[in-house]
Amino acid sequence: MGLEQKLGSFGVVTTSLEKVVNWSRTRAMWPMLFGLACCAIEMMAAQSSDYDMSRFGMELMRASPRQSDLMIVAGRVSRKMAPVLRRLYDQMPDPKWVVAMGDCCSCGGVFNNYAIVPGVDEIVPVDVYVAGCPPRPEALIHGILTLHEKVRGESMKDWA
Amino acid sequence: MLGEHNEITVDELKGLVSDRAIEGETMLLNMGPQHPSTHGVLRLLLELDGEVVVSCVPDIGFLHTGIEKNMEAKSYEKALVMTDRMDYLNNLGNNLCYCLAVEKLVDLDVPERAQAIRVILTELQRIASHLVFTASHALDLAAMSVFLYCFREREHILDIFELCSGARMMTSYFRPGGLWRDVPDEFEPAVRDFLKMMPDRIDQYEALLTNNPLYLDRVKNIGVIDSAEALSWGLTGPSLRATGLAWDLRKANPYSGYEKYAFDVPVGEKGDTFDRYIVRIREMRESLKIIEQALGSLPEGPVRSDNRKYVPPPRSELGHSMEAVIHHFKLWTEGFPAPKGSVYNAVESPRGELGCYLEGNGSAKPLRVHFRTPSFAALQVLPRLSEGHLIADLVAIISSLDPILGDSDR
Repeated sequence: MGLEQKLGSFGVVTTSLEKVVNWSRTRAMWPMLFGLACCAIEMMAAQSSDYDMSRFGMELMRASPRQSDLMIVAGRVSRKMAPVLRRLYDQMPDPKWVVAMGDCCSCGGVFNNYAIVPGVDEIVPVDVYVAGCPPRPEALIHGILTLHEKVRGESMKDWA
Repeated sequence: MLGEHNEITVDELKGLVSDRAIEGETMLLNMGPQHPSTHGVLRLLLELDGEVVVSCVPDIGFLHTGIEKNMEAKSYEKALVMTDRMDYLNNLGNNLCYCLAVEKLVDLDVPERAQAIRVILTELQRIASHLVFTASHALDLAAMSVFLYCFREREHILDIFELCSGARMMTSYFRPGGLWRDVPDEFEPAVRDFLKMMPDRIDQYEALLTNNPLYLDRVKNIGVIDSAEALSWGLTGPSLRATGLAWDLRKANPYSGYEKYAFDVPVGEKGDTFDRYIVRIREMRESLKIIEQALGSLPEGPVRSDNRKYVPPPRSELGHSMEAVIHHFKLWTEGFPAPKGSVYNAVESPRGELGCYLEGNGSAKPLRVHFRTPSFAALQVLPRLSEGHLIADLVAIISSLDPILGDSDR
């Protein structure tokens, strides 16, 4: 079961450009190496041997925002960190996506106080929210697969 | 809400860096808060002469969560969940520190079985924390494979936590007066399996690092500090023991029944980065010894104090005892009042002395909660340790101190 079965005798596949582009975007989506708090440890666990996120083409964490497509906001965002996070988001090239990992950056989680931004969606647009405190590595992987599904349905015009 | 970036003026810089930087002779470089080697969101202002660090100014607070303030707004039992999220590699250790402080404040006894299970779980947590240390320390020095091995074993420990509490990290399993519930039957075989497996696995990490000349070149004689100076900076835990001083609160001021277990306190020789690494590796072996003894002599009995003024009754009593229902209702709506006064209780976390200061004012909520965290002290010694070293060595020094920003910023 692979591409070769769709080739036919001429070795030609017809599809729309949009589908090919979106498909390729999901196959090599580079997340930014950006951990904030507890969730970052589970994000590391998702990269490690037991869960191995590279099965989904996600193993190449880039430390530079300019080389990354996906920002996994892993942990609570404090008010001191918020401008930094926004600057990192602005530095990422289009197309770019954001996964809010964990309760804290989805909605503030258990922290309802002066220090924590109640949901990272106040400063950057979020594509997928992953619930949990912290989410299990499986939950993060599920969130990323959900994002892949979303990306496959996107229109190229959205990023023009 | 966001405000402007906190730009720093030249005048403010004058107190932080040398005059050579103001004149432009040395270079100022910003490291972090988003940097793979700062272990979270630490920001360093570096003054560099070429690649040599002239001075280093840590800027913390990027993970300030207001945990202490939040805890003051909650009853003693409910404030517990906040402690999990402070030092996120030592969740159960934070629970223990806080529970012991509450128990000291209200004078509450903990059954022996609960104490022994607490020791087993916090020692497992210590191993898990040291595994993440070994993994990230090696990763910072570009040894990727150690990371993969260490996280493999960490999963075993998290599975045991999940078995007991239902959560991998934020367990909130220790409660004032005992545990949330007794450990399941599978707990003992699971820990025994782990004890059988782990010594070989530690040998594997050592085979990858301890005698590896590439690794030794990066860590020997880097960031040296002696005992007296380490003490004056407030350094505790493995970083202090690496200087040769065998100071361990589990020995010096035993809590939760640590006096019953025989174990050594590993010390280093010089107090350099290598010693800080090897002390942690040896501590993992000592922790295994403690777990084995505690598991071998695990007493039967209850795991929660039966003092109903402070500890809610078990679910089974609620069906037939009116008094139990009243206690349950009172404890979960109001909480228990603690007397006026203050306590300080310190435990040995994987990073050093973790202290909890609690002040009660006669109500069900603490008047003041404060934590003395080891990572904070570790970060204040960083400028002293990194002086005169290369940037690449600075990375090794940061990871060898094993700071957790959630711990220092809270």
